[in-house]
Amino acid sequence: MKRIFFAFAVLLAGVYSFANELTGYVGFEGRGFFNKPLHKNQKNNSLSTSIKLEFFHDFEDDNERIVATLFGRKDSVGEERNHIDISELYWWKGYEDFELYVGMRKVFWGVAETSHLVDVINSSDGVENIDGEDKLGQPMVSLLFEKDWGTVELFALTGFRESTYLGSKDRLRSGLVINDNFTTYESSQKEKHIDFAGRYTHVIGDVDLGLIYFKGTNREPSYNKISVGNEDVLSPYYNQVEILGTDVQLTSGDFLWKFEGTHTNSKNSADYFSQVGGFEYTFVGIGDTSGDLGVFMEYQYDDRDDAVGQNDLAVGMRYVLNDTQSTEFLGAITQDLDNKTKFISIEGSRRLTDTWSIESELRVFSTVSSEDALYDLRDDDYLQIVFKRYF
Amino acid sequence: MLSLHQNKKISSPVITTLLVGLLSTLAFGVTPAQRGLEIAIEVDNRDNGFNDNTSTLEMVLGNKYGESTTRKMRTKTLEQNDDGDKSQIIFDNPRDVKGTSFLSFTHKKGSDDQWLYLPGLKRVKRISSSNKSGPFMGSEFAFEDISSQEVEKYTYRYLKDEKLDGRDTYVIERDPVDPKSGYTKQNVWIDKERYIALKIDFYDRKSSLLKTLTIGEYNQYLDKFWRANKWEMVNHQTGKTTLLSYSNWNFRTGLKDKNFTKNSLKRSR
Repeated sequence: MKRIFFAFAVLLAGVYSFANELTGYVGFEGRGFFNKPLHKNQKNNSLSTSIKLEFFHDFEDDNERIVATLFGRKDSVGEERNHIDISELYWWKGYEDFELYVGMRKVFWGVAETSHLVDVINSSDGVENIDGEDKLGQPMVSLLFEKDWGTVELFALTGFRESTYLGSKDRLRSGLVINDNFTTYESSQKEKHIDFAGRYTHVIGDVDLGLIYFKGTNREPSYNKISVGNEDVLSPYYNQVEILGTDVQLTSGDFLWKFEGTHTNSKNSADYFSQVGGFEYTFVGIGDTSGDLGVFMEYQYDDRDDAVGQNDLAVGMRYVLNDTQSTEFLGAITQDLDNKTKFISIEGSRRLTDTWSIESELRVFSTVSSEDALYDLRDDDYLQIVFKRYF
Repeated sequence: MLSLHQNKKISSPVITTLLVGLLSTLAFGVTPAQRGLEIAIEVDNRDNGFNDNTSTLEMVLGNKYGESTTRKMRTKTLEQNDDGDKSQIIFDNPRDVKGTSFLSFTHKKGSDDQWLYLPGLKRVKRISSSNKSGPFMGSEFAFEDISSQEVEKYTYRYLKDEKLDGRDTYVIERDPVDPKSGYTKQNVWIDKERYIALKIDFYDRKSSLLKTLTIGEYNQYLDKFWRANKWEMVNHQTGKTTLLSYSNWNFRTGLKDKNFTKNSLKRSR
């Protein structure tokens, strides 16, 4: 099936490479790890190929649109990173007073750089990257109203899609492998539970304000250790939650001030509050060049002691050369203020030709405390290089 | 956006300045500052009332070794009655930025509002508009060169009359009001007959000549509005050039404010 998909995708890409409505890329990725694998079965380095195909078509005087986006990856480790996802497959229609979406969509909410708390609609494509920015498509029916006093979106999320989890041979996984054959749900309807969400956004001068509401299956599971045969594995548990949150950005001169906060409550566990907030300041045209240097700082807090950003400070730099090749670097260090764990991430990207680009990322887990959520990844420092051919 | 002669109603301080100018003219003759402002206002007035327009553009970036790369974009502009234009640029090429789209609300006073849509993440980011002196897409055009030119964004001084390629022009100096501008001054050659800019010299923060923009292949639309198809920028200090070529101009296409929101930005293709 996967082979057919790839053959089909490559064929389509070839046939339609000049058509405006079909775009995408093929990516060639190499990941090298600096340390030997820590956990049983894990492979060392990996090579993989990914493909993204995006099709859209407008009709009815551009008042209707269909969009289809497919993503797939073939990985040399041969475990869970091999996957295909329908990221988008929806129909959109603009009416006089509102807009309607029906189908599988990706929706991004939020303003912060180092954590994405209010981005609660889509489940994580957890095998792609540890930054939480890769998401699975979410089936939905949604309505959007744009008024003078703000934009309101209402969502009925018609069915839950479980996160993808790394497998036994994959690096960057938890010590115990997550086994989705043993996933459990709080709701008796399991993955068929229909979730509801609402979003309000408004621009008031220099302020971009957002509010979110979500009620349904938590996109962030908790894990229970269970024994399968004679092996311990983690079984994901998805509870029902109600989330209220806000994201705000104030854009003032060279400063961007950002805040995201959520309050989550559920029936069987304690309510908790999570937040990320800080600023980004840009030095324009540094050292008589046309490059811009941005510095940012974000503080992450979470009521839950075992959360990733429970009391962490992230400090980073963004260097944009503004050259013909759009060369950019983004570096950040996230320091846990309680247990001294440091997470370092450096990303770089540059266009090579009109159709080729290179992206790289270096991630280092340093002085990881056994108390920290990143403890299982302490030997997974890696360098990743991706060449992308866009069409 | 992307036009040097965008319209707009003139704010009352400008009118006051004009009136005072007019009165003092009767008494003492016109000062160069008044003359310069009058010319700028006439340029602005003649482009009033276009409502909206769309166009496609190609940008060829060249370096001094003769190598070049091409960018392709589409633009939409919506005139506002009492403020600067709203505009959007959608990128088609290079392919890695295809679908990226830029929304800008120009203001007569204070900083502009700008958002960027990143299609890979489905994310709209509000960005700071204070990097106006920075290059647009790695080209020799700065953001401030291509944004909507409001009368209020400069102070003016009439310099002289001059023949430019056989046309009678006014040469006026305009100094950016915003301290974040990358320029100390610009000299603009304005066609006396059509009130359109034909050439601009840009002077950097050290007051040395940085760039020259030559604007040509003007066509008139709806019997009123002049739009140029060729904008050639030469950087004298680096030897780099950028040629902007516009095509497919359409006016009064029915664009509305709702086509220039964060929501519509996400849908732009």
